[in-house]
Amino acid sequence: MASNTLNESKQLATWYFTFAFILFGAQLLFGLVAATQFVMPGFLFEILDFSVARTLHINALVVWMVFAMFGSVYWLLPDETGINTIGIKMGKLLYWVFVAAIAVVVLVYIFVQVGPADQTTIWFIMEGREYIEAPRWADIGIVVVALGFVANLFLTGMKGKQTGIVTVLMADMIAFAGLYLAGMFFTDNISVDQYWWWWVIHLWVEATWEVFVGAIAAYGLITMIGAHRKVVEMWLWIEVAMLFGSGILGMGHHYFWIGTPEYWWEIGALFSALEPIPLVAMFVHVLYDWGKTQGAEEEAGNPASVINNKPAFTWFVLNAFGNFLGAGIWGFFHTLPQVNLYTHGTQFTSAHGHLAFFGAYATILIGMMYIAVQGKNNIKVLKNTKSSIWAVSMIAGGVMGMTVALTIAGYVQVLVSRAQMGATWAGYFDGQEGMWFAQGMDWRLIMGLVTFLGFALLAKDLLTTGKNPVHER
Amino acid sequence: MANKSVWSDNRFWQRTATWVTGFAAVLLIWLTFDTSAQISMGTDEDLKQGVTKRVPGPTVINYKIEYLMDAKRGHEVPVIGGKNAEGRSAFQEKEKFFGRDDWTEEEAGALLHLGKLGSQAKNCMNCHTLLGNGAYYAPDLTKAWLDPAWGPEGSLQAMTGKNTKEEAMAEFLQHPSQYPTHERMMPNLGITADEAKGLVAFLKHMSSIDTNGFPRNFGKIQGAVHGK
Repeated sequence: MASNTLNESKQLATWYFTFAFILFGAQLLFGLVAATQFVMPGFLFEILDFSVARTLHINALVVWMVFAMFGSVYWLLPDETGINTIGIKMGKLLYWVFVAAIAVVVLVYIFVQVGPADQTTIWFIMEGREYIEAPRWADIGIVVVALGFVANLFLTGMKGKQTGIVTVLMADMIAFAGLYLAGMFFTDNISVDQYWWWWVIHLWVEATWEVFVGAIAAYGLITMIGAHRKVVEMWLWIEVAMLFGSGILGMGHHYFWIGTPEYWWEIGALFSALEPIPLVAMFVHVLYDWGKTQGAEEEAGNPASVINNKPAFTWFVLNAFGNFLGAGIWGFFHTLPQVNLYTHGTQFTSAHGHLAFFGAYATILIGMMYIAVQGKNNIKVLKNTKSSIWAVSMIAGGVMGMTVALTIAGYVQVLVSRAQMGATWAGYFDGQEGMWFAQGMDWRLIMGLVTFLGFALLAKDLLTTGKNPVHER
Repeated sequence: MANKSVWSDNRFWQRTATWVTGFAAVLLIWLTFDTSAQISMGTDEDLKQGVTKRVPGPTVINYKIEYLMDAKRGHEVPVIGGKNAEGRSAFQEKEKFFGRDDWTEEEAGALLHLGKLGSQAKNCMNCHTLLGNGAYYAPDLTKAWLDPAWGPEGSLQAMTGKNTKEEAMAEFLQHPSQYPTHERMMPNLGITADEAKGLVAFLKHMSSIDTNGFPRNFGKIQGAVHGK
């Protein structure tokens, strides 16, 4: 990073981060539309209905994270392998293909919305399967782009120094790309449909993405506090064993009620109950390495902080804790079949979804954006600013607030709509009219606005902090 | 390096990670073969022979479907065509669906196909839940076919002015915003009469899927009669 011109791979990474950040904003905006509709059902009715707003909310979420993940890999590859990333020209071309495809898909979602009940809709408008709604043509495009990305990663990893982090990323990213294929077919059998649909959704967010986070956290510890590579990589392998060991069969917790056999109750309960363990381990690991490195420096008579990027490290620590809290605790709340029978398909799931996606993924990817700001501007020590502190506080506070509000709303649904009324149409609306439910929805909207203001501050900070004279250069 | 412990050896942990992942993946694939066989869609022959399938064939729309407590399994299960002496599906009692109870395998299959395509083309899942999965802005559709509100005494059937459950549902699907049931309404999605018929067949078929007792107490408004 000594040279003034940014390495080409890192430059491409900044493109990925930029578009990811724009989509992050879109995710929050459409989330606010959907949250408003819970409070004022007439809002944009038959113009931009809840289903459209929510499709955009969750698709923007998935895609911004994928963009930021690709960006993170392009950023760290030259540091890890010691060589320039191979195939960067193709990488840049694929970036523009990806951006153009996303733009078309989003415009079709907004302006076409739904189509007739035939295959042309599935191919060109939308597939109507939560999280992977993108039409089939876009699926194929995504696979091509992902394979190009994986090819660059493999060629670079095999030619340059193949560190533990790079090895984990290579194995993880090929599984990540390959799993998408499980979601690219149509069947009349909804049980078979949902069985394979979970192969994409679950094996992404509860397996391959988690391992990705482990690898990024390892990279962050080495670059930000100078943690010992051998120790960090050993932890990483242990985490991979625990994450895949619990997460792959933890998929059983999605197979309790979709027509699949009863044995998934036991398998799903057991393995998904184990899923929080690696998340505890990752949290302990980050704090332990931080304390150990700082302690060693102080022992050597050097009391200055070992952290060379304060805002990024803040987001990384928040990731370690948020992953444990959002994915681990809020996931475990409703993962046992005895509980899930009543919580499945309520705002409880939504509460978990908000805190887990934020805690496990948004945090660390924002941290990587700060690492890119530091590298791009040749900053030796990147310090916190007022806006970086306000941004992280408002976003974390806002998401936590939404999570609590949704959890309370979920309780009302569980008690009224499920346990009491048995999930009928009437039971559903009885639950929705509960006072605690309605207030939960009000608070979710308020906390969503807080999150959005935090996002605005984050945007300001990421755009301006690189030129701020407070940092050590 | 003489007394180096295996516990601090990166190679050891790398191999452990590989073996654990491989073992979990192989187990998942093996279970997938078993599950796939169990959730494959049944046929008309199965229904006629009285073979219970977790996902019955499309001609299940010719039969009466109920959702009753199974004492042995300890939860509710779909009961197709009335119950036999053991309280299980008897596959005898028919029920007219749009005036017919003799839909052939091809006809019923085509209806279900249209309905499933429609459920995706209209993005049902981003307001409703299906088998409990989806969004939480509208009621769960897993057993919607069995909802008392659509039955002969139900408010929803009365609202549409139709005489059968399937006609009431199809009417609602075509003109949802004409029948506001709640401040939160379903938008008009341009559903045609044919598509509505397909969607209702899809819903009736979905209600016959054995979901291991989800949702519990469906339609038992009196309270948690089967609470555990």
